[in-house]
Amino acid sequence: MTTSPLLDATGVAKRYGAVAALKNASLSLLPGEVHALMGANGAGKSTLVKILTGAISANVGRILVRGQERDIRSPAKARKAGLVPVYQEPSLIPDLDVLSNLRLTNTPVEPFRNWVRELGVPDLDLRELARDVPLAIQRVLDLARALAVEPDVLLLDEMTAALPANLAERVLEVVKGQSRTGRSVIFISHRFVEIAALCDRATVLRDGETVGVVDIVPGVEERIVELMLGAKVEKRRVTQQRAEDAASPAGGSTRIAVRNLSVGTKLQDVSFDLKDGEVAGVVALEGQGQDELFAALAGSIRPAGGTIEVDGRQVRFSHPADAVQAGIAYVPGDRTEALAMQQSVRENIALPFSAAFRNWGPIRMGKEGATVQGAIERLQIDTRAQREVQRLSGGNQQKVTIARWIAADARTLLCFDPTRGIDVGTKQEIYKLLRQLAAQGKSVLFYTSELEEVQLVCDRAIVIFGGRVVDILPVEIADEAALTRAAYGLPRDAKADVGILADVHSDPVTRP
Amino acid sequence: MKHHFRRQGWVAGLFALLVALFILTKFIQPNYGAGDLGSLVRAVLPYAFAVAAQTVVVIAGGIDLSVAAMMALTSVTAASMMAGASEEYALLVVPFVLAMGFALGAVNGILIVVSRVPDIVVTLATLFMLQGAALLVLGAPGGGAAEWLKSLVVGTIPLPGLPDSVTAWIPKSLVLLVVLLCIVWIPLNRSKLGLSIYAIGSSELAAFRSGVPVARTKILAYAFAGLFAAMGGLSLTMSTGIGAPIPGPYLLASVAAVVLGGVALGGGKGSLLGPIIAVFVLRLVRTDLTLLAIDPNVTAIVEGSIMVAVVMFGAFITMRSRSS
Repeated sequence: MTTSPLLDATGVAKRYGAVAALKNASLSLLPGEVHALMGANGAGKSTLVKILTGAISANVGRILVRGQERDIRSPAKARKAGLVPVYQEPSLIPDLDVLSNLRLTNTPVEPFRNWVRELGVPDLDLRELARDVPLAIQRVLDLARALAVEPDVLLLDEMTAALPANLAERVLEVVKGQSRTGRSVIFISHRFVEIAALCDRATVLRDGETVGVVDIVPGVEERIVELMLGAKVEKRRVTQQRAEDAASPAGGSTRIAVRNLSVGTKLQDVSFDLKDGEVAGVVALEGQGQDELFAALAGSIRPAGGTIEVDGRQVRFSHPADAVQAGIAYVPGDRTEALAMQQSVRENIALPFSAAFRNWGPIRMGKEGATVQGAIERLQIDTRAQREVQRLSGGNQQKVTIARWIAADARTLLCFDPTRGIDVGTKQEIYKLLRQLAAQGKSVLFYTSELEEVQLVCDRAIVIFGGRVVDILPVEIADEAALTRAAYGLPRDAKADVGILADVHSDPVTRP
Repeated sequence: MKHHFRRQGWVAGLFALLVALFILTKFIQPNYGAGDLGSLVRAVLPYAFAVAAQTVVVIAGGIDLSVAAMMALTSVTAASMMAGASEEYALLVVPFVLAMGFALGAVNGILIVVSRVPDIVVTLATLFMLQGAALLVLGAPGGGAAEWLKSLVVGTIPLPGLPDSVTAWIPKSLVLLVVLLCIVWIPLNRSKLGLSIYAIGSSELAAFRSGVPVARTKILAYAFAGLFAAMGGLSLTMSTGIGAPIPGPYLLASVAAVVLGGVALGGGKGSLLGPIIAVFVLRLVRTDLTLLAIDPNVTAIVEGSIMVAVVMFGAFITMRSRSS
């Protein structure tokens, strides 16, 4: 440690009323280093990043930039001090065109253009409204905008989470390039692969405190997870545990049968079955029609053709309420889509079943309370900040979105990337929960962008490419390599009928 | 080019509607002439300034319920100061009243930013306060106005080289309106402040994270609304020669024109031109219905229906063009 740190934060704390978001965080960043900031959800990573970039100010703590105390109590001031963030959500002003967005932040246009090209977006119209730019590209623009002002410290909060693989790779390359020019990067990610490939050191937070700083060397993952969770984590594969679930009804009856479903131009001629007691994985690259598939099953858009049968009867959903009535519940990856953020945990969980049955009379509070309490306990939701859901951590919010459907006793869950941006511990809990639900005879359709999850949770994997089901893989062979091949539309072994629907009924290895 | 057209499409449509209405007016009343246009613009003047005030605030993502009350207060202040005073004195009164509007607007903004009470509540409260203050300044309609001020809105502008038959169609009041709006709006729109106003209206969080001083921008947006409201108040005094302490029907009219003018009530979208054309449309509809000798109560119903119909039609067109 001969070089002096570029950024040095010590004893940083932030309280919101009675809730301490950060108790005693510290972070020391050397010049030219890529530094991972890690911690379970709710550990205070986002709070620390917001403090370092002036979005909120700390109650106590000392933050030195190049050895000097700098005023970073607003985003503009932090920017001047050389600390530039790229947040989890896109930060472009939706109603301004890209050029005006640059003007607003005094970003030079030419470097911006160069970075955009560097990041793998060759044709960008600067006159386009930010609203009309696809989400993944918006993230890239956020990053290019940050890079263009040549910051000393770049803070990337879950930058790669919403990016398709090809863009994510370019982002990682560019971040590496930054460190070579002597600039530093603080990198937040839940993907160990990225951290191993990119970072020099990692600071681990737990419950608002810095619990360790480790060098990234091969095999350090276990140690980091240990630090994050404060206890040795069980690395038990849920799949293996499944053998013990003797209660699981093998080959349950068909719950949902989708036949030749097509939605707009995005989804064509999709057929598959979902059985009682199974978790069926859906795997696809970004924007292959999976959003439309889930929306059609959840009743929020109407399919252009094909049929959906529930329990053998054909249904036509014209409203999500129809789907809920049929026992089909949608759990979106974006929690803000599902929750009434300013309401309490109880109200959020009770909403679907209190609003059910067209029951607008008085709510039976006692019964409601018991059901909600049951769901909260079952999911182990941390209810310290239960008066407003928006104050819960991301992982706990996701648990609430699932808990409400458990409380409403939905028979089928449509989970769309439910573990996006959630810490390892909560992910494990959600996997376990989905398996339990399946063991009880419920069915789950589970889209995931993290391929390793398929073998952890699913019974088989439905692979969609270009709006069509290109393959249905039994779980035994659905490892990351096979799924990746399938997701890019490459044929499995010498299977000749790729692109043609794999008929589920004739598939002999649907269940293990 | 494509973007430009999409953004201006609404305004162009409104303008076409306005032209159609003028033709309809000429059809209903064949001798509708330059003089009638002049009185239309004079009637529109206070409405137009109220709309300008509302537009700035709505683009910034807020709403200002105190517009009409502020116009009343500035109007009576100007009228009572100019009553019996010399013509030259009015040269001081005008900037004073404009500054007063700017300051009162800023107070609105400061209250909203500091107290964190929702804008609709704060401006409702200031509506009552300003109303009361106006009655304290003048208990009943009265006061006076300098002759040169009054003459600013009467008659036409003789342009050298143009025959009277052409200049007769350019009323002074229209020129005054256009000049005043342009003097304030164009520099504002080109500046970083203008950009920031759109930014905080579009997404306050994203604006904050982009380093926009959200509080300051919001205060200035309300201040500019106050400035426009003061212009509206002055225009009332100019065209009537007195000041009236009871606010006119400008508040709801301003919101109506803002909506009709293609400014999203959620903020961030739209420009000043649309609402100004919209206010002409709404006034001209009223004129036409009066010319047709329709019951004034029915007139109000028709106005409301037109608003809903136009906004629905616009949304429909936008949806169609998006999906194709």
